[in-house]
Amino acid sequence: MEAFLFYPFAFLAILGAGGVVFLRKPVRALLALVLTMFSLAVLFFLLQAPFVAMVHIVVYAGAVLVLFLFVIMLLGIGARESRLGENARKGFLGLAFFVPSAFLILLLYLFSPLTREPLQPVPGSPESFGKFLFTRYLLPFELISFLLLIGVFAAVALASSRTLFEEPESPERI
Amino acid sequence: MPLGPYFVLSAILFALGLAGLFLRRNLLLILLSIEILLNSANLSLIAGSARWGDLTGQVFAFFGMTIAAAEVTVGLALAILLFRNANSVDTKEIELLKG
Repeated sequence: MEAFLFYPFAFLAILGAGGVVFLRKPVRALLALVLTMFSLAVLFFLLQAPFVAMVHIVVYAGAVLVLFLFVIMLLGIGARESRLGENARKGFLGLAFFVPSAFLILLLYLFSPLTREPLQPVPGSPESFGKFLFTRYLLPFELISFLLLIGVFAAVALASSRTLFEEPESPERI
Repeated sequence: MPLGPYFVLSAILFALGLAGLFLRRNLLLILLSIEILLNSANLSLIAGSARWGDLTGQVFAFFGMTIAAAEVTVGLALAILLFRNANSVDTKEIELLKG
């Protein structure tokens, strides 16, 4: 049952990620990423993490990607993306990453006993997750909220400043 | 269902995200590739949590999501500011820091 659900959604996740890399128009790449996010949420459900899966859908598909969509449409760069071919000179860099990592994955899969051990998922229901989060990881949780606050400050400060590349006021330079 | 396929999927997503990071020229799509990288890390964290029967992995995936949200706010603000000033988000045209 689990494998029956795992492989189709893993394929969809890879398809969506491939769309982000290879689709030419930014809006389509963004919608491909939505596909990846939903498939990953299904996989989180399979791993008995329903709370994290729902937060994942709300935060990513609901907030982050809509924010990206707003920015892409606001800037009007939807039709501006150039072909990948113009950037193919750097393609060998991707290949140089891809071949060794594929080799390493194969080695890991074939020879590590870890990869064949069965899972014993612990259900992360909102109740158990919340209890765990607010007892053992309370301090990191508070620090994360502080980080988000600083992120908001940074976004407001950056977006409200007019110029990035300021010319110096005085004409004489050294 | 063993742990292996989850880790392999996570590694494939990570490789695709890296490829996007190198191949894309649009700043916003580079940020999207970074999202893929963060999500592959989250998947392996949750799979590890299921393997060892410990909720810590799920908690760390949760923290990873919030950090990604903070990163996106700052990154998008930078992208808007850059577009307002340089009228482009193409990394080929923005080369002030090029040595």
